Amino acid sequence: MGTLGSKIQQVLNEPGCATNQAKPSFDRKKGCNRMLAPGAAAGGCAFDGAKIALQPITDVVHLIHGPINCEGHSWDGRGAKSSGSNLYRTSFTTAMTEQDIIFGGEKHLYKAIKEAVRRYNPPAVFVYQTCVPAMIGDDLEAVCKAAAKKLGKPVIPVNVPGFVGSKNLGNKLAGEALLDYVIGTEEPAETTPYDINIIGEYNLSGELWQVKPLLDELGIRILACISGDAKYHEVARSHRARAAMMVCSKAMINVARKMEERYGIPYFEGSFYGIGDMSDSLRRIAQLLVERGAPAELLGRTEAVIEREEARAWGRIAPFKARLAGKRALLFTGGVKSWSVVAAMQEAGLTVIGTSVKKSTPDDKERIKQIMKDDAHMFDDLKPREMYKMLKDARADIMLSGGRTQFVALKAKMPWLDINQERHHAYAGYEGMVALVSEIDKALSNPIWEQIRKPAPWESSISQNEFSLHVA
Amino acid sequence: MTRVTISEKYCTVNPLKMSPSIGAALAFLGVDNSMPLLHGSQGCTSFGLVLFVRHFRKAIPMQTTAMSEVATVLGGFDNLEQALVNIAERTHPTLIGICTTGISEIKGDDLTGFLKLIRANNPKLDGIALVDVSTADFQGTFQDGWAAAVTRMIEELVEVPQFETRLSRRINVLPGCHITPGDIDELRDIFEAFSLDPVFLPDLSGSLDGHIPTEFTPTSLGGISVEQIRRMNSACWTVAIGEQMRGAAITLEHHTGVPYKLFGRLTGLAANDELMGFLSEISGVPVPKKYRRQRSQLIDAMLDGHFYFGGKQVAVAAEPDLLFAMSHWLHEMGCKIQAAVTTAASPVLESIPVDEVLVGDLEDLELRSIGADLLVTHSHGRQAAERLQIPLFRVGIPVFDRLGAGQQVTVGYRGTRNLIFEVGNLLIASAHEPTPETWIPKHQQSHNLVTRQSVQ
Repeated sequence: MGTLGSKIQQVLNEPGCATNQAKPSFDRKKGCNRMLAPGAAAGGCAFDGAKIALQPITDVVHLIHGPINCEGHSWDGRGAKSSGSNLYRTSFTTAMTEQDIIFGGEKHLYKAIKEAVRRYNPPAVFVYQTCVPAMIGDDLEAVCKAAAKKLGKPVIPVNVPGFVGSKNLGNKLAGEALLDYVIGTEEPAETTPYDINIIGEYNLSGELWQVKPLLDELGIRILACISGDAKYHEVARSHRARAAMMVCSKAMINVARKMEERYGIPYFEGSFYGIGDMSDSLRRIAQLLVERGAPAELLGRTEAVIEREEARAWGRIAPFKARLAGKRALLFTGGVKSWSVVAAMQEAGLTVIGTSVKKSTPDDKERIKQIMKDDAHMFDDLKPREMYKMLKDARADIMLSGGRTQFVALKAKMPWLDINQERHHAYAGYEGMVALVSEIDKALSNPIWEQIRKPAPWESSISQNEFSLHVA
Repeated sequence: MTRVTISEKYCTVNPLKMSPSIGAALAFLGVDNSMPLLHGSQGCTSFGLVLFVRHFRKAIPMQTTAMSEVATVLGGFDNLEQALVNIAERTHPTLIGICTTGISEIKGDDLTGFLKLIRANNPKLDGIALVDVSTADFQGTFQDGWAAAVTRMIEELVEVPQFETRLSRRINVLPGCHITPGDIDELRDIFEAFSLDPVFLPDLSGSLDGHIPTEFTPTSLGGISVEQIRRMNSACWTVAIGEQMRGAAITLEHHTGVPYKLFGRLTGLAANDELMGFLSEISGVPVPKKYRRQRSQLIDAMLDGHFYFGGKQVAVAAEPDLLFAMSHWLHEMGCKIQAAVTTAASPVLESIPVDEVLVGDLEDLELRSIGADLLVTHSHGRQAAERLQIPLFRVGIPVFDRLGAGQQVTVGYRGTRNLIFEVGNLLIASAHEPTPETWIPKHQQSHNLVTRQSVQ
């Protein structure tokens, strides 16, 4: 387990990460935790990342030990959906005050854990360390250990003070907490040769449910999804899965790799975004399961489902082709998703004129280049001002991005679609791609664009200044 | 007198309050071409930024000194200097508002000293106003941070008048953080109707009212200018809205000699009568016809609406000034305040028409709302409302699951009238049609009372 410092070193030097392994050995230790530029930074902290990764576990208490800044502004804010308990949407925090700073926050924390357990009786409590208690020296692990013993319930320390690094680092530290304290602590009642884990999928907008029916049809059981729509006991028992799929490689690769190391669960990196990707993922899941001893007939059944679903999806996307042909899209999203979404959009007739590659690996970039031919416009980082200009000059017809840049597009009077974590539509699997194309069509064909771009009648031919001169 | 008690829980469940750091940041956003800077870790800024983006549905300029654990231990001077220089170079603001956080406060960074040194080292910061405000997030709430930032801007920027140069129509207005951009537009109309010339500090109606700029700007899109703040010494009156602004108004008075008048609230008939009377008196202009007519329209709305408000049990949770405004107005419409929860102590709590005001969270509100007809709080009340199966009227910040939060108007005769319609419609929509069981006494019904559902 070790100290937080050594833990950080460990996850930064992730052997499962191709990008990191390609670096010279000295840089490798720095991982992808780039230096943040004061006054020119965007994005969350490590605590933010840990909460993103673990908060989708639905039936536990997530208790944030810190002052109100850490939890008060962000609770119940993400779109991870639950098929059962809603406890994860209830916010718990010690809301530290001056008293705690002076006398130490450990007793306060212990009593808060006790109170939460007494009132809500969860299967476990996850306790998150933030900057302020870390500074004053509150010993998170010790308090959690004492509370677990006294209360007879797992109390999981998630040691992620925001200032240790980025959201991505927080994702990984959250994964370490699961590896150290949760995974493998319970045994499933029964196992089947068709048990898989899905790692790094958060069930945002219920996307897991776009995929799950197909797995159900094939008789493949999700033993645990880490962490979308997960229950605590599922995660605790996930070490008995036969194979794993890792969905968002940047976030939880350490979990997948260490589960392979410790429990012999092979994993592959896949995506549910895009028709081809979805098919590949189903295929890989089936292959891995068969390699681990599932009957080989699973492969044939999987191919049959893929064939049927692909045909169905293309059939439903086809009517859009004529409507979307020649429309230009600008894509701003996290790395791995880029190329698979680019492929799907091209299949729907859109021209992708640019995509961000900020979080992409060299491999991803190469694939984007191939898919987009020579006219690839890859941006490492586009300042909002440049983005605005691009849209204002109408070099694109629609932008797909996250909420952070939403208003850059809208203020340029440009159609925009949310494809980031806070989105309200689900875009996974075959169903999801049809939904994405349909949403793009809806955005582009909305009658408001024509109305709002027309200048006011008094501005039509002469500028306002000239107008006032004329009146004068 | 109302009893004010403080929740004795160790675990805050479903927080009502937010931090003073982002309250201060929002105040700085009401200044034209400004950039709020939180001196803390990245998350301190990003959580607040996302909150404002979701509430106002606008791009929000807000930066961070991105403190790492090493920088925190060694002190934040370098990070602060680098942040200021970066912001100056990249966004050319007129004002940078520096808000501290728990991290920098516990470390004990001496911002005033830092800023002197940084200014001396960096001539490129010349011409940019730098205002720092202490907003440790383990002390106080959003409302306190907002008020502190306004007070600091007054101290740092408003010029002490050398000689008497009062402008006879100029009025300073200091709105509390519960006054929306839409409210400010309404108030400006009212003041101007009395031939007065109001300047608002802060003025979110310039920056977060939702207008479409012609050019992209990386700082705030409008609001009061730093020059206008400097010249707040030339007004004849200051009007403060909400008890939270009393400190700022007094500071301004000490600084410039401009007298102030504080309105605890501007929602409700009597409250607005008082405002109209005051404006008429100081301007020498009789209450304009337009507002006489609006007053009469409000009375008509009260007549139409009182049927639906009378006897209704309402549970309200909000920061003190907003709680004060909403609960008094609801009371004036005939509602009974069943529960009142707030974020901090304040002199206004003592007059709230309820037995007890609790300084607590939304779990406290939920537990006290069983059997109520209506919840009034921000969007985070939605889960409680769902469990209680009663309507939620969304007020304050954040409101992220409805459109137009920034344009919600609750001040003036017209704003009060709209409020009657909005809340009244919620009450009408949630009224239950009678059934054969309606008149069977509750204790004889089997399936009756909505009890608090288990969250499990």
